[in-house]
Amino acid sequence: MSAVAGFPGRAGPALGGLLRRHPTTLLGASLLLAMVLLAVFAPWLGTGDPVMMNPINRLKTPSVEFWFGTDMYGRDVYSRVAYGARISLTVGISAAVLSISLGLLIGVMAGYFRLADAILMRVMDGLMAIPGILIAIAMVSLAGASLLTVVVAITIPEIPRVVRLVRAVVLAVREEPYVEAAIAAGTRLPKILIRHVLPNTIPPLIVQATYVCASAMITEAILSFLGAGTPPEIPSWGNMMAEGRTYFQLAPWIILFPGLFLAITVLSVNVLGDGLRDTLDPRIARRLRG
Amino acid sequence: MSVAPVLDIRGLSVSLPVGGDRSFAVEDVSLDVSPGEIVCVVGESGSGKSVTAHTIMGLLPRRQLAPVVGEILLNGENLLDATPERLRDLRGVGMAMIFQEPMTALNPVFPVGRQITEMLTTHTQLSGGECRRRVLALMASVQLPEPERLYRAYPHQLSGGQRQRVMIAMALALKPPLLIADEPTTALDVTTQAQILKLIRELQSRQDTGVLFITHDFGVVADIADRVVVMQHGRVVETGSTREVLSAPRHDYTRMLVSAVPSLAPRHRQPDRQAPIVLSTQELHKTYGQAGWLRRGRVVHAARDVNLEVRRGQTLGIVGESGSGKSTVARCIVRLIDPSQGKVFLGDDEIGNLPATLLRHHRKRIQIVFQDPYRSLNPRQTVGNAISEGPMNFGLSRKAAWDRAQELLRIVGLDANAVDRFPSQFSGGQRQRICIARALAMEPEVLIADEAVSALDVSVQAQVLALLDEVREHFHLAMLFITHDLRVAAQVCDHVAVMYRGEVVEYGAVREIFGAPRHDYTRTLFEAAPGRHWEFGRFDTAVN
Repeated sequence: MSAVAGFPGRAGPALGGLLRRHPTTLLGASLLLAMVLLAVFAPWLGTGDPVMMNPINRLKTPSVEFWFGTDMYGRDVYSRVAYGARISLTVGISAAVLSISLGLLIGVMAGYFRLADAILMRVMDGLMAIPGILIAIAMVSLAGASLLTVVVAITIPEIPRVVRLVRAVVLAVREEPYVEAAIAAGTRLPKILIRHVLPNTIPPLIVQATYVCASAMITEAILSFLGAGTPPEIPSWGNMMAEGRTYFQLAPWIILFPGLFLAITVLSVNVLGDGLRDTLDPRIARRLRG
Repeated sequence: MSVAPVLDIRGLSVSLPVGGDRSFAVEDVSLDVSPGEIVCVVGESGSGKSVTAHTIMGLLPRRQLAPVVGEILLNGENLLDATPERLRDLRGVGMAMIFQEPMTALNPVFPVGRQITEMLTTHTQLSGGECRRRVLALMASVQLPEPERLYRAYPHQLSGGQRQRVMIAMALALKPPLLIADEPTTALDVTTQAQILKLIRELQSRQDTGVLFITHDFGVVADIADRVVVMQHGRVVETGSTREVLSAPRHDYTRMLVSAVPSLAPRHRQPDRQAPIVLSTQELHKTYGQAGWLRRGRVVHAARDVNLEVRRGQTLGIVGESGSGKSTVARCIVRLIDPSQGKVFLGDDEIGNLPATLLRHHRKRIQIVFQDPYRSLNPRQTVGNAISEGPMNFGLSRKAAWDRAQELLRIVGLDANAVDRFPSQFSGGQRQRICIARALAMEPEVLIADEAVSALDVSVQAQVLALLDEVREHFHLAMLFITHDLRVAAQVCDHVAVMYRGEVVEYGAVREIFGAPRHDYTRTLFEAAPGRHWEFGRFDTAVN
């Protein structure tokens, strides 16, 4: 009965129960946590300088000394993978935070003001019609390769999806009698939005954020692989795979480890997102329990 | 009475999942239906009446609700032992069901003719041409106009009443000996309801069908039932002929239910003609869908030339069926929507055309209580916050607003410590009380109740109506009471406006209108009121 449009109820107690009842989600969360720890504590985890070249140790196979081997310039792959996690997670998290905040703002405006709706949604439609990679490549070639450019380039194509989601929730919730009761009680618009409308968007946005995060990390790797991403001197996973490509048959570990870490990170974020969706959406939660 | 019953339920119990508020959805239920007989199962929400119906059809989610003991004998065959295949064969041939909401019971992507045909092709070997003839004959027998045309129509192109006729045609296509009707007229307007009830009666007596009719409405019971089964908390508390149960109920619960049915005779009350007019409208007009740039114009007049006035301490009822514009008028007056033309006066102030900034000061003078108690309160907000939000908007301190909230909760009959709880912890009736408290917190001059008791069970409805009356008296409120239920209107209103297709067709003192309706539509409305020939008695009960 309480399944009003959106996702009612508080998520707090449900989250704890979810982690106990869904081991896959728990696994996703732990893997992601491990990646975050790796990124944060990279300098203290037995790594060396990720950019230091050492021609004597070129193309060494994985061993006790070089856990993941070395690349064609003798750089330690393990150190580069660990520092690369910083880049990937930074890009993923900033793209998620940025696109969610901007999307929320635009979505609320579109959902609440009819004139703004007509204009904003047409702009969003136009944005969605351009392939994200194309925008990114164009931006990087115009503004030059830097981490910031990459984040912005990845964020922009994600915004329309968030806007649509928020707009749909706002349109449904603004018709709810409790919102109308608040209007009749003389509550001003900003307060109505903050108190009655926006809380309904939070659960779906958390889920959306995980998907944005995952796809941003992949896009970053693709851009770097194409040479249109983070500058080549920065050890990102995409850059490593791009550089190692020519040595793939000789030294597969140069590509294997960054690729593996990227896959694990993206997988863990997605598994976590699926789990959150299942708990935060009461309709799915009920079906799974039944 | 020597005829063997078509349906015979013996000692049926259906268990609820662990953790529910009781361990059985229905417990030790026994009832029977003879051929050609209509048995009404009445009860309030949660009484287990629908679970019983769905158990017979084998439509329960088995994992959650499992029949544990008892027998359901359909012409002597125990349905609880039947294989899924056997049950499938029996549905349609041996028993059929019609539902409350015909829009969702029909498949929206197929024409209705084809859906009726499917009943025949599934269970018979008729040829295509023969099927079509039979379907058209069926559609004619349920009095659908132009069967040839409606055969190809999709569900959304039909009215609610027509859709329910299609459902009945499907259900009776194979002349099953048992028809289960689960609140089949609850979602329909009262005039349509009267037609559908008549149709079910006619077809059932012609085909000698046994009908198990589930309803919460004692008016419908009085109109249609041969026998009545009263259920409460999953148990049968009383069984008997309609006359016995309605005129001399034995069980306390039945006595309470029958007593709670509002009378169609207006309550005797002399409204003060000199009381000041608090709210009035002048030629209020609301149109939707203005033709405009790039838009094909289809203008709907939701409300036309509405002139009303409500005096202090009095109640004006707006009655009408769905789409009559009664809610539109209410929403224009509260300014949830803007009137297209006309004026709304609150005392001497015109508020119908005020811009939002100037309107805000007048907002607290006029408050509204909505129909759906489950959507009227923000699920994330405590009751105290919900009630104190309005007063704090107008500068009351949090402490004072909180104190007022607690006092109002006591006035509406709830515990003052409810302020710290969330809406999900309250029942529908309790939530409606909270909504009334929230409206009162603004100290309004006008209270609008938009179908405020329509979603409530009859016993709860009586309590909330009494409460509304009490607060009207206590706070000298002018009340605008919007309802489709003539019985409710008779009990709370001093004046009544009857609306039909956006216009007020009759307006006057409640006793004049209920005593001698002048307009044709008003007369139709009264004719259709379920149970109008039955005067429900008032019985003493130990309950409450």
